[in-house]
Amino acid sequence: DDDSNEEDGGGQQNGASRRKNYQRKNRDRKKAGEEGSKQRDRGKKAPTKDQKESENKEKKTTRKGKEGENKQEKGRKNSISSTSSHSSDEESLSEEELAMLMEQVEQKKKLISTMRNKPWRMVKKLSVLREAQAFVEKFEGALGKGKGKKLYAYKMMMAKKWVKFKRDFENFKTQCIPWEMKIKEVESHFGSSVASYFIFLRWMYGVNLVLFGLIFGLVIIPEILMGMPYGSMPRKTVPRAEQATAMDFSVLWDFEGYIKYSALFYGYYNNQRTIGWLKYRLPMAYFMVGISVFGYSLMVVIRSMARNANESTADGDDDNFVFSWKMFTSWDYLIGNAETADNKFASITTSFKESIVDEQESNKDENIHLRRFLRVLANVLIICCLCGSGYLIYFVVKRSQTFSKMQNAGWYERNEVEIVMSLLGMFCPPLFETIAALENYHPRIGLKWQLGRIFALFLGNLYTFLLALMDDVNEKLAEEDVVKNITYWTLLGHHNLSVGNDSSATPPPLDPADVPRGPCWETTVGIEFVRLTVSDILVTFITILVGDFIRACFVRFVNYCWCWDLEAGFPSYAEFDISGNVLGLVFNQGMIWMGSFYAPGLVGINVLRLLTSMYFQCWAVMSSNVPHARVFKASKSNNFYMGLLLLILFLSLLPVAYTIMSLPPSFDCGPFSGKKRMYDVIQETIELDFPVFVAKIFSYVANPGLIIPAILLMVLAIYYLNSVSEAYQRANAELKKKMQMQREEEKNKRNNKASTNPMLQDLEDLLTPSTKTESNPKQAEDKKTESPERTSPVRKPGKGGVLNGSPMTSGRGAAFIPPSHVFVTQPLALGVRAPYPGQPRPRGHPMGLIPGRGRGQPRY
Amino acid sequence: VCRLHGRYHEMAPNVVPMDYTKDPDVKLPMQLIINMPELKENPFKERIVGSFSEDGEGSLSFNDFVDMFSVLSEMAPRELKAIYAFKIYDFNTDNFICKSDLEQTLNKLTREELTAEEITLVCEKVIEEADMDGDGKLGFADFENMISKAPDFLSTFHIRI
Repeated sequence: DDDSNEEDGGGQQNGASRRKNYQRKNRDRKKAGEEGSKQRDRGKKAPTKDQKESENKEKKTTRKGKEGENKQEKGRKNSISSTSSHSSDEESLSEEELAMLMEQVEQKKKLISTMRNKPWRMVKKLSVLREAQAFVEKFEGALGKGKGKKLYAYKMMMAKKWVKFKRDFENFKTQCIPWEMKIKEVESHFGSSVASYFIFLRWMYGVNLVLFGLIFGLVIIPEILMGMPYGSMPRKTVPRAEQATAMDFSVLWDFEGYIKYSALFYGYYNNQRTIGWLKYRLPMAYFMVGISVFGYSLMVVIRSMARNANESTADGDDDNFVFSWKMFTSWDYLIGNAETADNKFASITTSFKESIVDEQESNKDENIHLRRFLRVLANVLIICCLCGSGYLIYFVVKRSQTFSKMQNAGWYERNEVEIVMSLLGMFCPPLFETIAALENYHPRIGLKWQLGRIFALFLGNLYTFLLALMDDVNEKLAEEDVVKNITYWTLLGHHNLSVGNDSSATPPPLDPADVPRGPCWETTVGIEFVRLTVSDILVTFITILVGDFIRACFVRFVNYCWCWDLEAGFPSYAEFDISGNVLGLVFNQGMIWMGSFYAPGLVGINVLRLLTSMYFQCWAVMSSNVPHARVFKASKSNNFYMGLLLLILFLSLLPVAYTIMSLPPSFDCGPFSGKKRMYDVIQETIELDFPVFVAKIFSYVANPGLIIPAILLMVLAIYYLNSVSEAYQRANAELKKKMQMQREEEKNKRNNKASTNPMLQDLEDLLTPSTKTESNPKQAEDKKTESPERTSPVRKPGKGGVLNGSPMTSGRGAAFIPPSHVFVTQPLALGVRAPYPGQPRPRGHPMGLIPGRGRGQPRY
Repeated sequence: VCRLHGRYHEMAPNVVPMDYTKDPDVKLPMQLIINMPELKENPFKERIVGSFSEDGEGSLSFNDFVDMFSVLSEMAPRELKAIYAFKIYDFNTDNFICKSDLEQTLNKLTREELTAEEITLVCEKVIEEADMDGDGKLGFADFENMISKAPDFLSTFHIRI
């Protein structure tokens, strides 16, 4: 009848103006309606989650993108409001009525905002919504009466407009998200874990796009538009010696020639303090953009991590509900393809069978020592591999330096470094996997080890590469001094010559192509990174093409005339390697971060790469991959990959920060040329561009005496927050324990009247040992296995239900039962215990790990 | 919503009107809906449609249709999804997930590949794990308590459209 009440109220509300008492009647009815709805709230646990905060502010709640319906409602509402505003003009309400009204309006608003979360039928929701909205509309005008009515009405109107604007903006944003259909297709064929890679790719694309916008808009465009054009300065011109070959494709491919002297690289930029009529401070902008690239990436990664952490509630390693979760959450509702569905059915069946087998069998007899030995051996082998690969890279980079001095280096010599690194990246991971077969871990743990090792491999490679590069840089710095001298004397010589020839005061400037050039180390570094990135891109694409596509074609077509079944046997179709691909993406991003300071065009290249990669990989996945045979949950891995990204961000920040702080910039190229250190540009800007007192403030702030206490303060804050979070976690655990105990108490109350808390049990036994002796065995008989974390398997028929019930309580109780019963119950208790090595501990430790649960229990 | 309406319309173009301002009373029968590509492979498709249907026979009006996809979308809160998941898995609609419901769920999930003994084992295990109040079947509180801890529930109970 609540429903009918509300419907009536709604119907009448749609009518014309009201008198005061009628309003009261309605109010009462509303109240009754609200009481009903509030109770329903309690019953259904009406939530207001954080993710809905933008929608909570909405007054008109419709579902996501429900524009059509909304327009109709708005039309209706407008008609109501026009009539109600007439009516409210005539009314005047007293103070208390005003307050009561306000309360009701607030309640209605709250109801409207949580409407989405109610599990009611759509029709009912719509009618309740309309009626609540009408009520709010009507009385809001009335509330504004008396005091500042106009202002109140204005505020309300602005609030509504703002809400509407926000919602339209959200709709627009949702429509703008690219590739939604593509990802859906992949999802329906391959499940959510493969699609998570593509979602990650899309996110990376977004981040890179923003970075590109920053760099392009603030650094490259001003230099191109307002800076000196090509050929006007030595740093912007191809030297005379190279001009002959500057246009050759092979030279361009190596990023020498015209590309080297373009805005893509550091060396092109002029160190003029301000350029153009806008007085745009380019060096300052370059520096700040470089820093903000890292700042923005950091912010975005951490925000994403925080969001992920919020969503993944509580303990994922909770083993209490293995079977229930398998039953209710294993089917992936996104699957829309028959073949995938078949696969999924098969994998679900397999996983059920596995769990059943694990349940039923007892612990295997394991040879611990052999296993440990094998694991140590595997780790040793892998460390050897890692060291070997590190040394190889170092060696190769050293060699490439000697090659670069050679005149006729072949194509292989020039690209040796990149080739070696890519090959290592391609062959080492499978090698690690085969070695890891020795270790015999559970698949999910094995995957983590594998990822960790690949990570170490890539990291080692990258840092070795960097070290070798640093050697190169140092060499160049030494060379620079020599060249500086040469340049100086050449210019002087030229000047003297020209002055000597004719008596004009100003000597004709030396053609920029002829000026002897310093070895611009920053550009070299930039070039190295760009080449590395490009070769990485090529290798990835070729691997996909050959490893997946050609393989698929081969298997498909040659299968007809081959001895064994190619599809089921050896090559078969490839599965999509999620972790490998994600790691590749993460490392690529790390290289971009490292190189973008020295090669502003690198981010642009990456954006192009991600764009093509999206389409290319989608196509490759759909055409040549098969869904995974074994299903892997990607849910918690998301934060793992974000964590990796964060780590890489820091690691790529380090070299850049080091070079900025400690190496002097080249004297003749780049926006910082002529300065002693790159960060001097900040000093300069502060001194020259800001008023005097700002410089003073900065000098005070930069005082170590101020900075060190600030750092100390931050460390203390971290420590404090850490301990607060630990306290919360402990409180959480306590509450959980309490809930568990309560539930068990309730359960046992139904089963038998006595509590099974062991301590209480002991107490009871102590107090009345004689009377308890007879009742105890009986209780032992009645109790069933209860608490949720019990994993006692199917009752063995031999024992019957008698003493299986509460072996531990009888065991415990047995300790206190007078000796006459000890001999009876204890052996039985022990007998009960023996074949169940997996018997859970007494209830005092509900949250503890349960020992000896079937080994290799698949955890999802 | 316009997109959803487009999909709804294309399932039965001659029945579903383009104009919804007059609140027409149009329902599409279950057969049409479970043939949608998103639902086709789902073993629980009849139950899904059934639990959103107002008349209990499985026909969905447009409102119910929107309701269904909204609950199954990414943005729906966990509690709401849990409520509807409970409804879906409750085959005999007695507001409890009893053993027979579990058996039916399991059969649908594994396409009856498990032996009868394995089925009983699994069902017993599930009841043992999740049943808090000891009545031998899962009430909504039990179900919700269990599903709220599941890490994959949100990601698997999701249909993109």
